[in-house]
Amino acid sequence: MTRFLVRRFFTSFIVLFGVVTLVFFILRAVPGDPVESILGEQALEVDKEQMRECLNLDEPLWNQYLLFWQDVFDLSFGELCDQPGVTVAEQLVEVIPATFELALAAMFFAILIGIPLGIIAAIRPYSWIDNTSAVISLMGISIPNFWLGPMLLILFSLTLQVLPNPGAQVTGLTALVLPAITLGTAMSAKLMRMTRSSMLEVLNREFVRTAKAKGVSRARVVLKHALRNALIPVVTIIGLQFGALLTGAIIVEKIFARPGVGTMLLDGIEARNYLVVQGCVLFISFSYVVVNLLTDLVYGMVDPRIRYD
Amino acid sequence: MLSQLTKLGIRKDHLERLSPLAYFGIVVLGVVAFVAIFAPWLAPYELTHMDVTRQLESPSGDHWLGTDENGADVLTLIIYGTRVACLVGIAVVSICSTVGIILGAVSGFFGGVIDEVIMRITDILMAFPGILLAILIIFITQEPSLLAVIGALSVSGWAGYARLVRGQVLSVRDEAYVEAATALGFGPKRILFRHVVPNTLAPVIIQATFGVAGAILAEAALSFLGLGPQDMPSWGAQLDQGASYFLLTPHMAIFPGLAIMFTVLSINFVGDGLRDILDPRGLSRH
Repeated sequence: MTRFLVRRFFTSFIVLFGVVTLVFFILRAVPGDPVESILGEQALEVDKEQMRECLNLDEPLWNQYLLFWQDVFDLSFGELCDQPGVTVAEQLVEVIPATFELALAAMFFAILIGIPLGIIAAIRPYSWIDNTSAVISLMGISIPNFWLGPMLLILFSLTLQVLPNPGAQVTGLTALVLPAITLGTAMSAKLMRMTRSSMLEVLNREFVRTAKAKGVSRARVVLKHALRNALIPVVTIIGLQFGALLTGAIIVEKIFARPGVGTMLLDGIEARNYLVVQGCVLFISFSYVVVNLLTDLVYGMVDPRIRYD
Repeated sequence: MLSQLTKLGIRKDHLERLSPLAYFGIVVLGVVAFVAIFAPWLAPYELTHMDVTRQLESPSGDHWLGTDENGADVLTLIIYGTRVACLVGIAVVSICSTVGIILGAVSGFFGGVIDEVIMRITDILMAFPGILLAILIIFITQEPSLLAVIGALSVSGWAGYARLVRGQVLSVRDEAYVEAATALGFGPKRILFRHVVPNTLAPVIIQATFGVAGAILAEAALSFLGLGPQDMPSWGAQLDQGASYFLLTPHMAIFPGLAIMFTVLSINFVGDGLRDILDPRGLSRH
């Protein structure tokens, strides 16, 4: 176990090192003058010089790389040079709660829909329920969230007028419902398929047959004996899908005009401010790597049979 | 064609066992390919046709699916959009699967330092969820072209194939037929690519099928974010435009989305069908 932990942390460290390096060099390949793209071509020469110094662009490339690492280590992700004194991290901290709220709500929706449907489909394989839910889940995977969002808006905000429009300055749970459904649908479909196949495998095992034979009720066999074992791979999928939720949030935040890391990233791209782009991309990948690491660790705790050697 | 399929482990009776949904998918994809190839003959208007006096019109006899903010015909744009979808889907999956098969096979077969290096690179690439790396790469191109989008999606996409193939190669590397080939004096290159790799391709074919759907969705998502190809009409870009006018007129948001959904759904039907016949366990559907 200790060996596994050391190796797992070591791999994560290498990955984070690679991510930072890759992001640094990709963004330094941006053609044109980053100073001009932030300040505009007409900016005063003095301001440009100041900005160049602030962005460390007057240093040689390897020195810039080291200074970049310094910014990563003190978790500031660099100072925003067009707003002196404000770091990228401070801006990120302001928008992160909104994105996490969205991602968690989507995950909650996905679990609420996906797992029960998966169980029902697995209890009666190849019945009409199973076949219908198989088609529905395939549709859930195939519907792009950037189409589902506008369609839900047309249906619920425009036609039925039961839920608020985006931009109507609404807060609270109702403003979260449509974005969460939009973001969570694909994940719920994946969870459903995973739960179904995992349940089917477990339901054919001997211990389930034994439980049935000794007269345990059907509901108890399914929910107590089978489900607990079937959920292990499902937990992994939930962890792995967290990254997809964060990337999906970029799109969903755009559709519903919500604040968040995605909106900040798109604004950064629009303004061609590479410090903002860099900060958002690093934040999303870092959280993804950390969640994957946690999933791996939780996996071991959930299932004591798993051995790492 | 059939003899090539046989080499990959697909037999004639396999094709007969393909599910009705998979056949439905194949038919729809045939139509999509047909539309993509013959777009200029099928489209009711020229691609450059714009009538500024008829902006944002709802569907009518003249414009079956209405017009967009420039007064261009939505149906025409959707028909030409099939080209972007097909090109991106096929190009990205061809590049990713080729690179992934070669690097994954080498990684799994030779092991050691090569394996360690290739796998760490895939780890790093896979730490960027979804289209994040593609967004980053496209950020550095000023005016993203179709080639830039294909390139960006390929850079981030091959790692999954490499991981899959590596795992497969590891599982067959010690089989008797590999030993027999070694005993016959064949070189490692011949053993790897003539004996080992062909026996690992069934799951790669399944993943590649779903990969086409993934690439089409990714391109549409990039276009929706304004980062798609600027030189050709894309479904995602039309949806982006439609989404900003949905309060005024919903048709522009509805139809490009339907095109994406039907194409992707059909590919997924085919992928599921292929998995059912190629997956020996038969029951899995995740």
